[in-house]
Amino acid sequence: MTARATTPAPAGGARELAGRAASRGRRLLDQTLLRNLALAALAALGLYLLSYWLGRFDNLQLATIAYYFVAIAGLTVLTGLNGQISLGHGALMAIGAYATIKVGESAELPLAALLAIATIATALVGVVIGAGAARLRGPYLAGATLALAVGLPALANRFPDFLGGENGLSTAPPVPPSSLGVGFALERWQAWIACAAALITFVVLANLVRSRYGRAFRAVRDDEVAAALAGLNVARVQVLAFVVSAACAGLAGGLLVVVTSLAAPGAFTLELSIALLTAAVLGGLGSLAGAVWGAAIVVLLPTWAEDIGRELSLSTSVEANLPLLVYGVVLIGVMLAAPRGIQGALSWAGGLIGRRVRGHTEPRSRGASAPGEEIT
Amino acid sequence: MPRRVEGERASASASRDGSRGLRIRGITVRFDGLIALADVSLDVEPGEVVGVIGPNGAGKTTLFNVICGFVRPQAGEVEWRGRSMRRARPYELAGLGISRTLQGIGLFSGLTAAENVMVGADGSRRAGLGSAMLGLPRADREESRLRTLALEALGDLGVVEVADALPSALPYALQKRVALARALVARPQLLLLDEPAGGLGADDMSELGERIRGLAGEVTVLLVEHHMDLVMSVCDRVLVLDFGRSIASGRPADVQADPAVLEAYLGVESDPRPPEAGDAHG
Ligand SMILES: Nc1ncnc2c1ncn2[C@@H]1O[C@H](COP(=O)(O)OP(=O)(O)OP(=O)(O)O)[C@@H](O)[C@H]1O
Ligand SMILES: [Mg+2]
Repeated sequence: MTARATTPAPAGGARELAGRAASRGRRLLDQTLLRNLALAALAALGLYLLSYWLGRFDNLQLATIAYYFVAIAGLTVLTGLNGQISLGHGALMAIGAYATIKVGESAELPLAALLAIATIATALVGVVIGAGAARLRGPYLAGATLALAVGLPALANRFPDFLGGENGLSTAPPVPPSSLGVGFALERWQAWIACAAALITFVVLANLVRSRYGRAFRAVRDDEVAAALAGLNVARVQVLAFVVSAACAGLAGGLLVVVTSLAAPGAFTLELSIALLTAAVLGGLGSLAGAVWGAAIVVLLPTWAEDIGRELSLSTSVEANLPLLVYGVVLIGVMLAAPRGIQGALSWAGGLIGRRVRGHTEPRSRGASAPGEEIT
Repeated sequence: MPRRVEGERASASASRDGSRGLRIRGITVRFDGLIALADVSLDVEPGEVVGVIGPNGAGKTTLFNVICGFVRPQAGEVEWRGRSMRRARPYELAGLGISRTLQGIGLFSGLTAAENVMVGADGSRRAGLGSAMLGLPRADREESRLRTLALEALGDLGVVEVADALPSALPYALQKRVALARALVARPQLLLLDEPAGGLGADDMSELGERIRGLAGEVTVLLVEHHMDLVMSVCDRVLVLDFGRSIASGRPADVQADPAVLEAYLGVESDPRPPEAGDAHG
């Protein structure tokens, strides 16, 4: 009704419809920040309770899932929403990890500041790599980022004095504040830090994805020529997407240091880069919720597979290969059953149920749902 | 009063030498060996509707690509409102008041109809990354302003009901309307239409003709079209291309009667063309 009051008298049915649709859209969009903050607060409460329920090892797993989520969420924005494939995000995580330790060694800074510096440093590297990536397409981009994944961690061996060679650099784990009481588990504190960073990442990315920038990312992904004709500087949009994504990877690298107290080339192998992309695809490319599923799967699955192997008391050679086998089976299974990933399947099922329920009250469905729905 | 008259005369002569409209001079484009355009010239006055016709592969889309900066000509020059387009990048066109629809559809397949038009309405403005990341109310207000603009543009073309549908869920004719809405929402001064009637039925086509005629006088229109009825009814002038050469130009009726045109083009007029022909790169 407010829309009718502000717009000039509706000229006809179309105008009126436009006004009504606009006010409906406005009511939804008015609350971008509120809605995302409310979601994050709810998740924070759940994670808080969870961290008290979980034991030490499981809290460490939770922290690991949280930093994987940060990296995967950034990657899913880049690959899913902007169409740029990256096989090099593990290397970007390495930059964040080494920056956290190096800066921490040379200056007495609070952890939050160290993580912010790691994020910004990796974002700056992302500007350079993103500018190169914007010139490359498809397999060429995959190849170039693959080279990054392999080449960058090898730098640690080129400068062993500065970067610690194969053994990497280590640092002290974070200390839980004394206000939490003596005997507060370190693992729970690590989980809190990683989950807080993950929630901040979620809110910022969810805001961004809903904004004109998210729309620009998707427009450039779908049709570069049409995007340019609509006034989008395609290369600039692509660099921006890469920088956002790199910043997330840098933060994830810093969080990895918080959790493992170590930055070493062995932690940033090509496998890590591929696991990140796999998780993004499994969860549902372009979906932040999907990044949660993806992160949980790639972190938990190997552990579960090990447990199963132990319980079945298989021979050591079989047991050693079981995680890989389970991983492969799950990957193939999900991609066959849900080509658009777990979140894609969930929102499809949700839409199906919703239509069932609405079908009884409303004779006509309201038409296609906005793709924005499945993104957050 | 005399001053007023002088001003009018000045602007009239400015439009006569083309500095207010579109001026295309001696454009030549070669794609390794193939001559796509050979010394093509065309002046379009402000508010004029000019048709560009010719058989498949004549170079029509390439001419649009030259104007938009996607293809750099080997020779020749394009001026829009007295400004050389030699250095203009494609994404700067929206800011210069130029919109274009692509041959085929050219919609963003992952964006709803409304979002497609919102991209067109957003133009070249790229401010506000901070408020977007923080989800500030300012960003929300800007979004709802863009959405209102988009819904108005869709409403003008009679397709506001499909605002939240993905292009793939829409019939071809409606997709064409959404694409036109995306071009018009930016309120262009120069509109380049590449086969806007391709794949349309008779009713849609006559409505499109009326719409283009309605723009005439305010918007300068370049129209590439294979449907001669449409071209003849809406265009003030017509340029005929054949194998990249300009073989005729003038009023529609004169051009239609030109023997060179009859030989080169009108023989294939009834050629039924598939709706999903080609893309911007031709
Ligand atoms: N980017 C390109 N690289 C190489 N050749 C091209 C390119 N773009 C167009 N051509 C060629 O230039 C010629 C003119 O193509 P153009 O797309 O301009 O024709 P058109 O008049 O638009 O035809 P249609 O009616 O089929 O759309 C064609 O032979 C085409 O193959
Ligand atoms: Mg063409």
